[in-house]
Order: sequence, then C-alpha cells, then structure tokens
Amino acid sequence: MSLLGPTGEVGDQVFKIAMLLCGLAVLGTLVLIVYELVLRSGPSWHAFGLKFFAGRDWDPVNEKFGALPFVYGTLVSSLLALIIAVPLSIGVAVFTTEMCPKALRGPLSFFVELLAAIPSVVYGLWAIFVLVPILSGYVEPFLSKTLGWTGLFVGPPYGISMLAAGIILAIMIIPIISSITREVLMVVPQHQREAALALGATRWEMIRVGVLRNARAGIMGGIILGLGRALGETMAVTMVIGNRPEIAKSLFAPGYTMASVLANEFSEATGDLNLAALIEIGLALFLVTIVVNALARLMVWTVTRGQPSRANA
Amino acid sequence: MPETETASALHIVPPIALRRRITDHVMTGVAVLTVILVLVPLFAIFAYLVYRGIGSINWAFLTQTPKPVGEAGGGMANAIVGSAFILALASVIGVPVGVGAGVYLAEYGRNRFGDAIRFTADVLNGVPSIVIGIVAYSIVVLYQKHFSALAGGVALAIMMIPTITRTTEEMLLLVPQALREAAYGLGIPRWRTTLSITLRTATSGVITGIMLAFARVAGETAPLLFTAFGNQFWNLHANQPTAALPLQIFNYAISPYDEWHRQAWAGALVLIILIVSAVAAVRFAVRRGTFGAA
Repeated sequence: MSLLGPTGEVGDQVFKIAMLLCGLAVLGTLVLIVYELVLRSGPSWHAFGLKFFAGRDWDPVNEKFGALPFVYGTLVSSLLALIIAVPLSIGVAVFTTEMCPKALRGPLSFFVELLAAIPSVVYGLWAIFVLVPILSGYVEPFLSKTLGWTGLFVGPPYGISMLAAGIILAIMIIPIISSITREVLMVVPQHQREAALALGATRWEMIRVGVLRNARAGIMGGIILGLGRALGETMAVTMVIGNRPEIAKSLFAPGYTMASVLANEFSEATGDLNLAALIEIGLALFLVTIVVNALARLMVWTVTRGQPSRANA
Repeated sequence: MPETETASALHIVPPIALRRRITDHVMTGVAVLTVILVLVPLFAIFAYLVYRGIGSINWAFLTQTPKPVGEAGGGMANAIVGSAFILALASVIGVPVGVGAGVYLAEYGRNRFGDAIRFTADVLNGVPSIVIGIVAYSIVVLYQKHFSALAGGVALAIMMIPTITRTTEEMLLLVPQALREAAYGLGIPRWRTTLSITLRTATSGVITGIMLAFARVAGETAPLLFTAFGNQFWNLHANQPTAALPLQIFNYAISPYDEWHRQAWAGALVLIILIVSAVAAVRFAVRRGTFGAA
C-alpha cells in the first residue's frame, strides 16, 4: 500500500475508516437495542422482579402487571403452528427434491417462496375474512364433535381463537422451513441415495434411510428457525387471536401473545410502569428469539458445511 | 444387515414385498398431498385478494385521502405516498450503511472482528420487527416527543441493514481477486479500486440485495404502529406522524365498516403488486446479470 503515494494512502485510510464505521453501526445497532430495552424496562424489573413472568393479572388501571398469559399464548400458538407446518414443509421439500419431475422443481419452489413474500398484514386480512368464517362454520363444530372429549376443542366456535392464530402462523412459516429443508436435502451426497437403491430399497425407503436420516440436524435447524419466526410474528396473529389475556385449555378460546400485546397497547400505554412492563415483554421476546435463532443457525451450519455422512452415527 | 440377501438380490431380483411397495406408493401420495395442502392457501389468498381487490380499486382510491366513517368513497392516496416517503427515508439511512458494512466485511473483514459483525447481522435479521419498533420508539419518538415518519424510517432502516450487508459482502467476494490486482497494478489506490472496480462489477448483485431488503420491509406493519403511527391526511414532513399502506390496511381490516373492509382489500392488492413486482424485477435483474457475466 505504501507504494501508492500520499494521496492514495490518505484516501485509503479515510475510506477504510468510513467502511469500518458502517460495520460498527451494525454492531452498534444490536448494542443499542439491548441497551434501550434493558434501560427502559428497568422500572418494571424493580417493581415485579422475576414474578413478572409468573403473574396472571394484566391490569394497567391498578398498575398490576403479569406476563404469563402472553408467554403462554406465544408458546401455544407457535407450537400449534409447528405441529401443522413441520409435516407439510418436510413433505413439500421431499417432494421437490426427491420425487417430482425436474421441470416442476423451479416453479414449485418459486410458488412456495411466494408465500414468504406476502406481508403479515395481508395474511391477517385474509384470515379475518376467509379463514375465521371457515373455522367457525365448519372446522370448529366438526372438531368439537369428534375430538371434544380431549378438552382441547370445546367452547363456542367463534373462529377468532388460538387455533386460528396457529393455522395462520403455520402457513407463514412453511416457506422458511421447507426452503431450508430443501437446501439441506440437496447437500446429502448422491452416493447415499445410490447406495440405498442398490441395496434394493424402494424410493421411500431410500428417502427415509439415505436422505432424511442424514439430514436430521439440518431439518431440525430449519424447524427451529421457523419457530423463531413464529414467536416474533405480530400482525396476522393480533388480527385473529382475540387479544384476551387469559389462559384457557381449549384452542377455541381467545388468547394473547407477547408480540400482539405490544402491537395493541404500546402506543396507548398509560404510565411509566405500564410502558416499562411492555418493554420488558419486548426484551424477553428479543432474548428468546436470539437464542432460538443462534441455535438454528448452528444446526443448519453443521449440516451444510460439516460432513453430512457423519451425521448418520 | 445380512449380506447374503444383497448378494442374491443381484442374481434373482426377488419381487419387492407387497407391503413395501404399498408403503412406497402411500408415502408418494402423502408427499403430493402435502404439496397440495401448501399450495391451496397460496392460491386461495391470491385469488381472494384479486377478487376483492380489483373491484375496489378505482380512481378515487388512488387519488383521495380517507373519508370520515359513514361517508362512502375516499381512498388511500396519502397512505401510498406516505409508505413511499417512509421507505425512501429508510433507504437513505439503510442502504449506505448496509453497503458500507458489506464492503468492510468483504475487503477488510477477514478476521475475528469481521466475524463478530457477520454474526451480529445474522442476529439482527432474526429480531422480531415489533421489537425493532420499540427501539425506534425509544431512540426517536421519545426525544421528539411525538410520532414521526423519521421514526418509522429508522425502524425500517434497522431491518434493511442486515440483509443488505450480507448480500453485498457475498456479491463482492464473487468478484475475482485478479480484477483488484489488475487495478492495483495500474497504480489505482485501494479505495478507488473498491468503488470503481469491485463495487461496479458487483452492482447487479448488490442491487438485488437492496431490492430484497426493500421488498421485505415494504409490507411491514408492526414496527410502524408506534413510530410512523398513521395519519388521515397528507403529510410529507419527516417529523410528523405519517400514513403508511400496511398500517391503513390493518386499521381498516379490524374496523367494523364494510366500506373500510373493501378499501383494506384494495390496499392489500396494491401492496402485493408493489412487492411482487419488486421481487420479479430482482429475478429479472439477476438472470440478466448472470448472462452478462457468462
């Protein structure tokens, strides 16, 4: 570099520093997020401590805040979404990589990824006017008749419910799970498939033994990434979950999630403690999604860059 | 597993047991079924969106501001312009920082510190958008003492940066090292090389990243709820509350009025058309880019 003469040197230094500042801005943003969330949730920390996440009351008028119903709603709606989305996403990924004609592959994955381009608020709109009426008119009466004895499907079938939130979340996370599963399946070495087929396996046996087993860790990573997305998803859920801070066993009952209480109440928080309590929910949501995402990245990374054949052990 | 069985299979090829064949067919059927189950909502959403939206888009919708409750007519013109304004603010903040960070990672970041930035960008990508909204609220709205387009722009910029950074880095790394060396050999300083050789070569890829980030935040509602806040009137002041298309769709969708529902569908259709055309433009640009390189 020193050969370039004085102008080059000065220019290089200035340029490098400018680029470095941009890089630091990325780091700084994360630090800022943590700092602001911790700082501004302080009053709530001091007032409630860890009991904040065990309390069931959410009463802004009397300044009593407990986040348990929101944590419960977030977990249940996300798990429900996973239960629906995981088999479907893996099925789609297996079909596109192992079964369908080559010509169909491109269009099929394009369509599934198109699902990811639809904004959350449009999902919500569709859910309010199409999904919810279908649920209350057909699905929920049917479920309560056949599976009512489990206690999960009882109560009036209003449609607006935990179930509706789970279903719309499932539709929203299918693209991410299935595209990562597809990626992971594609890096399974071809000879694994050939070996299984040479042993006389049928196509399904080849997929089960030769492909899916080798890709387990990566698929798991994709699922966890989908979970991370579901946990933080706000708008569509807010529009169909009913927004009532109650813990009910029935999936037909309305619920409330951490993200949707922020969406609904943040701009009209009545006092400092109310605002701090909401920000503490935001902080918790932030920490959980960070852990979940880091875990997922690690798992996908071990498969796509490690040696897939050793995952078989 | 018994090796004798395998060996004999080579000679006689025994018929595959019926049960195994049936399982194979059933599982193929199940896979096809999952594809159908996934595609049905996709087509249902698009079909219903077009069906409800087309009938509701008219000249008034595209040129007027919202009418008070009870009055027919009115439109979302201010929200469409507001969205464009907020997105422009977000791009002005997010694109230079994102591209700059990507340049840093590609040209100077092959070290621990670079890895830290890379990891941070990935982490930022996974932060729920509503949390980003809280942060924009506390760093902009609390200081300005009121909601503003700027706060919305900051929130969306924070969401754009990680995507732009990572794609810019990837695209710059694709530029052959020999190209940089050729420039150094001609006595061109490193910064000039990066700007006029490396970045220029990777332009179409970098733009792809920017457009993807743009498409991703264009439909975001959650981070705007308590930053840009929404507005029933025209506004082009960065420090005033501003309407945005996704916000308007949300408010109208959860309202009890048929007229507003109708407009929500129209707004959703406009939003989807904007986003899909951005994504399609990217696909087109990428394809042309690869042809150009080949």
